[in-house]
Amino acid sequence: MSFVEYSDFIQDGDVAILYLSHNNVMPVKVQQGAQTQTRYGVIRHSTDLIGQRYGSKVTCSKGWFHVLHPTPELWTVALPHRTQILYTTDIAFITMMLELKPGSIVCESGSGSLSHAILRTIAPTGHLHTVEFHQQRAEKVAEEFKEHRVDHLVTVRNQDVCKDGFGVTGVADAVFLDIPSPWDAVGHAKVAMKKHGGRLCSFSPCIEQVQKTCEALQDQGFEDISTTEVLLREHDVRTVSLPLPDFGPDPETTEEATPAAAPNHASITLKTTTLSREMPGHTGYLTFATKPRT
Amino acid sequence: MSNQPITGKKVIFEKQWIFLDNAVGQLYSTTFEILSGGNLKPHELKDSASPLDAVEAGTDNRNIVDDGKSQKLTRDDIEALKEKGLKGQDIIKKLVDNHATFGDKTEYSQVKYIKKKKKKYENTVMILKPSCRILAMMYHGREPGKICHLRYDTLAQMLTLANIHAGSKVLVFETCAGLVLGSIMERMGGYGSVIQMYPGGGPVRAGVESFGFPAHFHDTLHEFPICHVNALLAGTLDTSAKDPTAENTDEKQLNLAAEKEQNQPEAEEQGTPEEESMETNTGDDAGQDVEKTEKDKLKEAKAQVKKLRLEEKQRRLAATAALLKGRNADGLVIASRFHPCPVLLGLLKFLSPSRPFVVYSQYIEPLVECFKKLRECGGTVNLRLTDTWMRHYQVLPDRTHPLLLMSGGGGYLLSGTTVATDHSKPAGSKQAEEPAPKRQKLEDTEG
Repeated sequence: MSFVEYSDFIQDGDVAILYLSHNNVMPVKVQQGAQTQTRYGVIRHSTDLIGQRYGSKVTCSKGWFHVLHPTPELWTVALPHRTQILYTTDIAFITMMLELKPGSIVCESGSGSLSHAILRTIAPTGHLHTVEFHQQRAEKVAEEFKEHRVDHLVTVRNQDVCKDGFGVTGVADAVFLDIPSPWDAVGHAKVAMKKHGGRLCSFSPCIEQVQKTCEALQDQGFEDISTTEVLLREHDVRTVSLPLPDFGPDPETTEEATPAAAPNHASITLKTTTLSREMPGHTGYLTFATKPRT
Repeated sequence: MSNQPITGKKVIFEKQWIFLDNAVGQLYSTTFEILSGGNLKPHELKDSASPLDAVEAGTDNRNIVDDGKSQKLTRDDIEALKEKGLKGQDIIKKLVDNHATFGDKTEYSQVKYIKKKKKKYENTVMILKPSCRILAMMYHGREPGKICHLRYDTLAQMLTLANIHAGSKVLVFETCAGLVLGSIMERMGGYGSVIQMYPGGGPVRAGVESFGFPAHFHDTLHEFPICHVNALLAGTLDTSAKDPTAENTDEKQLNLAAEKEQNQPEAEEQGTPEEESMETNTGDDAGQDVEKTEKDKLKEAKAQVKKLRLEEKQRRLAATAALLKGRNADGLVIASRFHPCPVLLGLLKFLSPSRPFVVYSQYIEPLVECFKKLRECGGTVNLRLTDTWMRHYQVLPDRTHPLLLMSGGGGYLLSGTTVATDHSKPAGSKQAEEPAPKRQKLEDTEG
């Protein structure tokens, strides 16, 4: 198992995802002899997990669920939140707009759920340079990369990107910024990027941050500066029954139609979709730009 | 926007004919000026004399009357300037100089005016290196009908939800001119394999060419006709025998040709020295005989080529069938004009458990059906029916706002993950993942 390569059977030391129900997803570190408590009961790693196929059903005392192979998308939903994270919708858009693919060299500041998605996309020949200014978080994230068997693809640096940059020069195809003052990092981003150019993305919740960042990008000679936001709408599939009104017996019907026939078709059942009462209305603005050849 | 560089050819773009020859050898993202006659010349950025230098600006438009008489230059005047060979920037300067109320406009209004004129009069084109991003935006902007109106952010979601990455084995069924296929190939970087399941006579891949992949990427691309899917699943597909489908007539000809070859080996061998002696003869009779054997030779050669091609096709079919037979694909992506339900149900069988699938549809109802069917059959979890909302912004000091027009819709996605199929328990026994009816009633009365 790794976050960048599929395998078929669960092994000791893997990170597996327990799919308990829709929106209830739990990561578990598989260990010989260990046990994990779930709402359906206890699972014993040695018998229930190790040696089983990914995708298998696990039965407990109070119910059952499936064990899934980890993916960055499942990890995003399952991971223990340390800071506000990026969700799959933004991650997917960023991945395409930064033109990430196997072999890409990426610099990122603000490590988290996006890191795993980047690693999955740039493997096996790319590299991610990630900068985290909070020491504890930097250590935790380095540990996770190792557990997820992706550490060979990433270098974690514990420093302040606005002061010290990314720690590399002229190597990046893409740069991603998820920090409070991205305009202070734009110059450093330019330095880290390849001479023949590359793509940059900055994620900011506030429009004032976006304005300052766009100004900085323009000053530094970036082109194609554009700001977009993407939002996900999830449709709930339902079967609903709509009652039909009773306007009384139809005077134009023939005598063959018995009055008792009316209650038979009292409602119409149909398959439809509805939207939730509330939906996420804003995550952040995504500003993209191209660094031209310098 | 992008184009495929082809030397020696003329291409039409935005109502202009352009020769791309002078672009060859230049770097991507170079801006070119289009000279009269259609040739390209690398554009030199002249920062000198912006049309706004030394022009005053007003504070508001209270005294500006829109009577259409502000511009002193007529259309004919401008045409004359164009014919004289005046550059775009200079034409704009002339327009500004001859504009009666330009100095009354606010600074913002002046900038907007210049921007508009630049778009109209500056004759430049930038040649970009193709990528999924650029091609997806281009197709959606210019030829959405060819790609089932798949908006590029929806495509981005598909690639991520299906966990497309190097080294996996992905099944694709698409009628989007090859855009989806090419995008998947880009994200696989030449590692792993992509199997295009195709309806009809042959796989459509025009869009893939636009990506400009290195040759070895094509080694990872396979194809399989869906008309053989049932046979493959049932284990009755015979990939060793001659292809029983549309090639019947060709097959007959092939057989005939093959027979002919078999019946004539001696004649052939004799024929060769005979032919040689005939060729040296200049008599009419001899000439006619030579023609005949020449014709036969050509027929045989053609039949031979056909035979080889058919064998190659058979070989490829067998190889692809072998890839599919194990039913261990890592991902499935569907984006077509076909009803997604049967396509999905048919192709899901080829996936390993715990693998993602994504189905795109321009319309939501077919996906609702898919959703219901999957619930009934079991074997999938984490089903989501989604669409994305996308909005662009203009970011300028004191003029930041969303753009006035936005895309109405980009299509819908149904995504999920396969799980090991459980044959002992019926799917309905698990608590429904949809909310209980009680909650639903409440919502209905609230509305």
